[in-house]
Amino acid sequence: MSTSVTASPAKSAAPRLRTPRKKHTPGKPKRNVLLTVLMALMVLYTVVPLIWLIINSTKTQAGLADSNGLWFAHDFALWDNVRDTFTYHDGIFGRWLLNTLLYVGLGAGGATLLAVLGGYALAKFQFPGRRAVFAVVIGAVAVPGTALAVPTFLMFSKMGLTDTPWAVIIPSLVSPFGLYLMWVFAAEAIPTELLEAARMDGASEVRTFFQVALPLLAPGIVTVLLFTTVATWNNYFLPLIMLKDPDWYPLTLGLSAWSSQAQTIGGDVIFNLVITGSLLTILPLIAAFLFLQKYWQSGLAAGSVKE
Amino acid sequence: MTTLQPPVAAEPRPAPPPAKRDRRSWTGWGFLGPFVAVFALVFLAPIVYSIYLSLFRNQLIGGNQFVGLDNYTRALQDEAFWGAVGRVALFLAVQVPLMLGIALLVALALDSGRLYGKSFFRITIFLPYAVPAVVATLMWGFMYGTKYGLVGDINSAFGVTLPDLLSPGWVLASIGNIVTWEFVGYNMLIFYSALRVVPTSLYEAAEIDGAGQWRIIRSIKLPAIRGAIVIATIFSIIGSFQLFNEPSILRPLALNSITTDFTPNFYTYSLSFNGQQHNYSATVAIIMGVITMIVAYAVQLRGMRKEA
Repeated sequence: MSTSVTASPAKSAAPRLRTPRKKHTPGKPKRNVLLTVLMALMVLYTVVPLIWLIINSTKTQAGLADSNGLWFAHDFALWDNVRDTFTYHDGIFGRWLLNTLLYVGLGAGGATLLAVLGGYALAKFQFPGRRAVFAVVIGAVAVPGTALAVPTFLMFSKMGLTDTPWAVIIPSLVSPFGLYLMWVFAAEAIPTELLEAARMDGASEVRTFFQVALPLLAPGIVTVLLFTTVATWNNYFLPLIMLKDPDWYPLTLGLSAWSSQAQTIGGDVIFNLVITGSLLTILPLIAAFLFLQKYWQSGLAAGSVKE
Repeated sequence: MTTLQPPVAAEPRPAPPPAKRDRRSWTGWGFLGPFVAVFALVFLAPIVYSIYLSLFRNQLIGGNQFVGLDNYTRALQDEAFWGAVGRVALFLAVQVPLMLGIALLVALALDSGRLYGKSFFRITIFLPYAVPAVVATLMWGFMYGTKYGLVGDINSAFGVTLPDLLSPGWVLASIGNIVTWEFVGYNMLIFYSALRVVPTSLYEAAEIDGAGQWRIIRSIKLPAIRGAIVIATIFSIIGSFQLFNEPSILRPLALNSITTDFTPNFYTYSLSFNGQQHNYSATVAIIMGVITMIVAYAVQLRGMRKEA
């Protein structure tokens, strides 16, 4: 997990929403073929591993060994591989998929909820300790996350939480980046006058939040949700130390277990399933990024905050 | 204690008028409270507990004993630890400038408006960010292999013998390639978004004054996104010092090249989970955290000083 926060370089206190850029009318830049070719090389570097993954998920274990990595083998075994991935070892892959969905649902969902509430508070309320919270949270982002892993494990182990889903979900609930993004976003997207008006009409704080603020925060919420989802879906280190029981593994941990079982003596070599499982693991996220492109890119631009 | 303030630390917006302060002074906590509670449990408590642990030693006879700074003295003389630090420092010195340099070039190319199919390039180059480190490492690990991998294919197709990318001499570079692949698009997006905020009128004015594209990049674009560059550098440094996932997943394929003390994080992990040396492990983690913050802070100071 890496988080990063950037302010608009134009040092303005209030970040603006998607600054409309003036069209470059005088001397509109000419399209450049050479530059496009260079970028195409970059894209090649980016997609070759993904193409490799797709091609090789169509191969049997034997086909993997005796065919060229960037072309298909004689047998097309994709559907068999998908079926085998889901049926191998009593269908544990399906269980890992459900676990991952559970961790994402509660972890990323919860993290987004806490970030939205907190960001709203920081943006729209004045209260004692507000500045301190800001300093501590920003400071904590810089603490190497893995340095916290061992003490967190020991703490959770004393509380009897290790080897339960809670050990993965609870630490996922905090997203300092999410808090920061929501803060910046809420400051910009919710006019304070609107809140005042709602209060004047006698709406409670809770009601004001749900009926006035929440709808305005929607694009920011999508962005935070997407990025916390990636962080939780891709999480490896935390489950690795917290979970022993394979029944609670997320996909990432399961895949690495399948991969390393080939190295153990008498272990089943199932590289075809590792490859197919990897493909199945990344497809949902790639799809989410592609389909929600418009939302998360504008959400990022709104705060000039990126993760 | 652990406060590093990125240059962004400017508050998003001036506080609401203080007139309403007394009426709602604590209401904000109602909304912020849940976040702070969990934050305290998973961030602050472990830091405090870690410091506590580092002052003790667990002995077979006598149980947990207070040893003061003994663990720290031991760590400072621990060759395995410093070997690991040296390795990530080398990694950092080569991989981070390379990755950020490429990301910057791509961002500038996208921003120049001179590309065919700009949005295709932007989203495609960003995509690896959505790929878990586990999957990225497994893919590249397979591709590096001489048996199933592309390296083997190239060797047999061209009758050459490429170096074994998983051998001790090459494995660090191989990991560097995986990390670059994973994060180059992410950093590109940071730079690109920062570039989009620069007012185009500045470029127009410069063009009228006869400035060429390179001149505009050097004198306007790069200074304008300095903040983003500093941030990306700091987070890449933190990432390098934390290196764990890639070597740990690659290890089964490269047992001789990747030892259990390959990186500082790998070392703390092994100490704790294979060696049951929780106290010493906590100490090493703290020292590493302090080193990371010193380096990150130094970079930030340097980056900001130039701006002034």
